[in-house]
Amino acid sequence: MLKEATRESYGKALAEFAEKYDLYVLDADLSEATKTKIFAQKYPERFIDCGIAEANMVSVAAGLAASGKTVFASSFAMFLAGRAFEQVRNSIGYPHLNVKLGATHAGLSVGEDGATHQCNEDIALMRTIPGMVVLNPADPVEARLAVKAAIEHDGPVYLRFGRMPIEQILPDDYKFEIGKGTVLKDGTDVAVIATGLMVGEALKAAEMLEQKSISAAVINISSIKPLDKKLILEYSIRCGALVTSEEHSIIGGLGSAVCEAVSEAAPCPVIRHGVEDMFGKSGAAQKVLDYYKLNAEGIVQKVLEAVSLKK
Amino acid sequence: MEEIQKNELKNIALRIRRDIIEQVYNAKSGHPGGSLSIADIITYLYFKEMNIDPSNPKDPDRDRLVLSKGHSCPALYAALAERGYFSTEILKTFRKLDSFLQGHPDMKNTPGVDMSSGSLGQGISAACGIALAGKLDKKNYRVYAILGDGEIEEGQVWEAFMFASHYCLSNLCVIIDRNGLQIDGKCKDVMSSEPLEDKMQAFGFDVKVIDAHDFDDIESAFNTAKNTTDRPTAIIANSVKGKGVSFMENVVSWHGTAPNEQQYEQAMSELKEVR
Ligand SMILES: Cc1ncc(C[n+]2csc(CCOP(=O)(O)OP(=O)(O)O)c2C)c(N)n1
Ligand SMILES: [Mg+2]
Repeated sequence: MLKEATRESYGKALAEFAEKYDLYVLDADLSEATKTKIFAQKYPERFIDCGIAEANMVSVAAGLAASGKTVFASSFAMFLAGRAFEQVRNSIGYPHLNVKLGATHAGLSVGEDGATHQCNEDIALMRTIPGMVVLNPADPVEARLAVKAAIEHDGPVYLRFGRMPIEQILPDDYKFEIGKGTVLKDGTDVAVIATGLMVGEALKAAEMLEQKSISAAVINISSIKPLDKKLILEYSIRCGALVTSEEHSIIGGLGSAVCEAVSEAAPCPVIRHGVEDMFGKSGAAQKVLDYYKLNAEGIVQKVLEAVSLKK
Repeated sequence: MEEIQKNELKNIALRIRRDIIEQVYNAKSGHPGGSLSIADIITYLYFKEMNIDPSNPKDPDRDRLVLSKGHSCPALYAALAERGYFSTEILKTFRKLDSFLQGHPDMKNTPGVDMSSGSLGQGISAACGIALAGKLDKKNYRVYAILGDGEIEEGQVWEAFMFASHYCLSNLCVIIDRNGLQIDGKCKDVMSSEPLEDKMQAFGFDVKVIDAHDFDDIESAFNTAKNTTDRPTAIIANSVKGKGVSFMENVVSWHGTAPNEQQYEQAMSELKEVR
């Protein structure tokens, strides 16, 4: 099985699909880190380095897209969704241009660079922009498929990738579709709805819960927007308790999206597992994740809470 | 500058360079290149220029330094430790879980750090705010801001430069560490900001171009800056990224890479005391 950082899968996918699709890729002096360098080496004439100027890059991408091109703009999540938020909203979102934002180094797993670089707010920000598709792949296989889906989708897409190498958890023939969630393991007592690198942890947590005679379903929601409400409501009704899990703030991300969906149609207790209302800190990626309880044990705890709230 | 004093500063700068290598080596991550290029200027600021008291790091009358190119904090942490803000032992914890020496400067928790930074382009604006507060409060402190030559590609930097001269922030001294490199390559290939002297002049700064590794040059630029009362100063410091460690000098890949054991040994052996 493959083990690689989803940013690596991103760079490789750009280089792979550029054979068939006429892609342009922009970066802001981070091509080594975002892995767009893999594309740049193969297609230097379609790679444009914008320097350390993310806001300008985003609006330049909008201009290229307004001239009929399919454009990827890349930087760290912090500087793309964060620093350039208003440019994303007004230059890309409002005119609904065909720009794909390839955001790497999302979440706490950035590790040593610390809080200034650990973006736990990007899903919340991007999700509020009308017409923006928000994808957060769970493993290298899905990362590659998400890039392909983004290319084939006409309109703005935000893609979220990580710095830390992670295990492949999905089969090689996995089917990815924007707007669709996937049940990776079925269960009846509780459903763990996870995204990004927490999906792998959720699968481990479900095994640990078997030992405690708790039957937990695990659902991968890589398409945070549009959200597979139908699937979520089905499990809200069937299990009567949900736990969401994400490497992102519990405010505004997947947890909030799921709460919004169930509260309007099929309310049940929802416990949000993620980064509490606090900043990250420096440390080796895995140590930081463990410190913030973003691991299988952390999910198990939240599941026990959720189950105890069931009527 | 007298030879004795120059040698003293050179030796401090060497210690700071060794501390930089130690930190990045221990952390197995961090940014040696841009830390080494500012080591001499940081040394001069903390050991000669700035009006500071390590036993009173929050003194409202102190001079301030904003490391706008925050990734170069190993140089800042080394200077703070060598100057006595905290023990040099703590440098070993750099970038480790629960250390106050974060991957990028954290003013909340690190004694002597005047402004948090790490997202390029924001520190210079904060420095303008600190300088403006000094003027509003009729205080005599000075504010120093160190920027990278890649960092100045951020539009916000030029908004700040415009602000500094519009509000006549003569208490602000901007230092641009012109080492010619960023991450994706040479600045002139990635995104050129030249001619920089002309741009800074046009933005209303008093401009000095110096050799960033020559203490006489550094001293005379800072002295002129202190006597400039009608505008902010910009010191364009021509530097060598990785300065002092032969195999790191002018090599772009040493921007954000830690040395392995053998490279560490070699670097340390090159950074020996001068007499
Ligand atoms: C807003 C922002 N964009 C990107 C980065 C990532 N980054 C860190 S250092 C760096 C290159 C900086 O080059 P330069 O300013 O010349 O620094 P130096 O050569 O002195 O190390 C980049 C792009 C960042 N920290 N902040
Ligand atoms: Mg530079």
